[in-house]
Amino acid sequence: MDDSELLQVKTKTSGQVVFVVAGLVLTLILLSQITTQTEWTEKARNIGSQPRLWPAIALITMLGGFAIHFRLMRRRKPNALDWGEARRWAEPLEYLLWFLVYVAAVPRLGFLPMSILFACALTYRLGYRSRMGLMIAALFAVAMVVLFKGLLGVNIPGAQIYEFLPASVRTFFLVYL
Amino acid sequence: MDLILSAIDVLARWDVMLALLVGAVGGVAIGAIPGVGPAVAIAILLPATFSMDPIVGLTLLLGIYGSSMYGGSIPAILINTPGTAVNALTTYDGFPMTLRGEGRRALSLAYSASFLGGVFSVVCLIFLSPVLAKIAPMFGSREIFLAALLGLVLVVVAHKGQMAIAAALAGFGILIGTVGLEPAAYTRRFTFGQSWLAGGFDLIVVVLGLFALSQAFLLLTMDDEKIRLPRSRGSLFQGFRELARHPRVAAISASFGVVMGMIPGVGEFTAQFMSYTSARKLSKNPKAFGHGSSEGLISSETANNAVPAAAMIPLLALGIPGEALTAMMLSVFYVHNVVPGPGLFQNDMDFVVALYIALLVLNVIVVGFLLVSTGWLVHLTRIPNRFLGMCILLLSFVGVYSIRNSTMDCVIAAVFGLIGFVLKRLNMPIVPIILGMVLGGIMEVKLRASLARVKTPMDFIDRPIAFLLFCVILIIIGSTIWRVWREWKPVDRRKPQKKASNAFAKRIAGRSHRHFENRTKQQRRRRFYDHVGS
Repeated sequence: MDDSELLQVKTKTSGQVVFVVAGLVLTLILLSQITTQTEWTEKARNIGSQPRLWPAIALITMLGGFAIHFRLMRRRKPNALDWGEARRWAEPLEYLLWFLVYVAAVPRLGFLPMSILFACALTYRLGYRSRMGLMIAALFAVAMVVLFKGLLGVNIPGAQIYEFLPASVRTFFLVYL
Repeated sequence: MDLILSAIDVLARWDVMLALLVGAVGGVAIGAIPGVGPAVAIAILLPATFSMDPIVGLTLLLGIYGSSMYGGSIPAILINTPGTAVNALTTYDGFPMTLRGEGRRALSLAYSASFLGGVFSVVCLIFLSPVLAKIAPMFGSREIFLAALLGLVLVVVAHKGQMAIAAALAGFGILIGTVGLEPAAYTRRFTFGQSWLAGGFDLIVVVLGLFALSQAFLLLTMDDEKIRLPRSRGSLFQGFRELARHPRVAAISASFGVVMGMIPGVGEFTAQFMSYTSARKLSKNPKAFGHGSSEGLISSETANNAVPAAAMIPLLALGIPGEALTAMMLSVFYVHNVVPGPGLFQNDMDFVVALYIALLVLNVIVVGFLLVSTGWLVHLTRIPNRFLGMCILLLSFVGVYSIRNSTMDCVIAAVFGLIGFVLKRLNMPIVPIILGMVLGGIMEVKLRASLARVKTPMDFIDRPIAFLLFCVILIIIGSTIWRVWREWKPVDRRKPQKKASNAFAKRIAGRSHRHFENRTKQQRRRRFYDHVGS
């Protein structure tokens, strides 16, 4: 094991070509739009003040980087392994959907109730279906809400549903839960 | 002396002390859980620190940054899984020691080496501060532009074997930093007529997506691992005595940590790899490295813990973050209108020294905490991966949504989470995106300001520091091109079957008898390894 071996990180081979080609295509599309999406103004005092300069530098760097990487790749045609890896990139879409549902529900139904519901439901979905697992998930959700909203006072608005609560507890719920 | 007293005055508040304690304990716990790491924790906590005083918020984040690597050594040594990415080298020598039943000795060595690295770097910084205070004002717009460019060049060059893709991702970072309303001529860039893109991409939203959400997705799509904690003997104090027997290794590794930490774009990885290889070269017993060598363990742990304090130098003195974690901390400064850079050293030196003292106290708290709590911290490694993923997903929501209560921010973070997930699966670097975004913005502003004051291109480097930085950039680019050209081998695009058949033909040509003899030996050896299970 010498220095070069220690410092060298190996990029995973399968799926690489799909990613690099997608990067190249995206870069070329953005580069083709640079004249419509950025301006070259005559009023600029010097080239450093041109609004188009840095997007152009960024896109040229991307193009160069992706192109060189593509040129140096051992295999430039995707095979079954590459497409298999690309299919795995879609696996988190389910959890992304869970996340977005949670994001949409919190301002309406409340941070605390939705956190408990979300934590328990996702824990159940993940296969930890024992009473202990669900209890730990609920406890985690409560601790998170108490710590962040109750103690640290992070900026998460009170839910619309809290408006229906009796006046005596409404403010408490809106501010702390 | 007055400076130190006024710095202590800044720190002597219950909220600062509490932040330090919570940061230290929380950082160790976060480090001890494989799959979380300081980047995820800091990204989630960032918005929560915006409502705190700058010193409180920064102490909390620094606490997590500085202590997570201590905690990361626990799973690295006991279960061969680095708690944080920078503890990877600790597994080389730590885990073999555990297999020999010396887990507690390895942990003790890791704690003492980390403590030495942490304290050494803070002491270096305290002594360097007056020099920095003198040098920092010499950095004008063009010097800061060149220093940021140097950081960007270094972050690309540091990704050996992935330089082209690191450059492309740094370019992507610069590009997403430019999206939105441009501040000089007020024109729109790459907004495609969408109003939600006019404000640009928020750094914290991108950071939360790339680090926290991507990690949550990765953990949620993983299988859980069965963790078996081995028994070990020995005292947790013996490492301090053992460390004293290797002063040279410790000193060299700590120095590597400080120097590498100060250079933007380099960071812990390079520091610990360089200190490990130099310790092996200097050792009387280099063959023991990778098989449970105490010197190997000392070198990697000392170097990576010397980095956090040193990494604060370019951030505080020049306003240039050297890696992703300091880039996140930069946003805490901006939120509180504290502009890190030469002015900070001139006007708020007590604030800077207070941060250094906080780091010093942090190391003492962490070691004290670890000596009494290692027994139960070990059990944090048992938390199942997917459950951890669920927790990070929930916490990421708090981080993103609390910035400005925007659903669109959550969608953007989720998209960056997917990008981060793909990059992590392909083992590609994420840090160049963040540094591209932060340093690209700094470079744009500083280039605009400096070009207004120069008449010819040569005026840009007519000041000594600017000239020096320019030469360093040229040397680094030149030497990298030279190295790549020298090591260049044409890419072998033959299929594995074709390659094997060619190798076979070459090998048996004229000496078939010897070939088959060797082949039998190899197969026997392989079978033996299979039996052992390696």
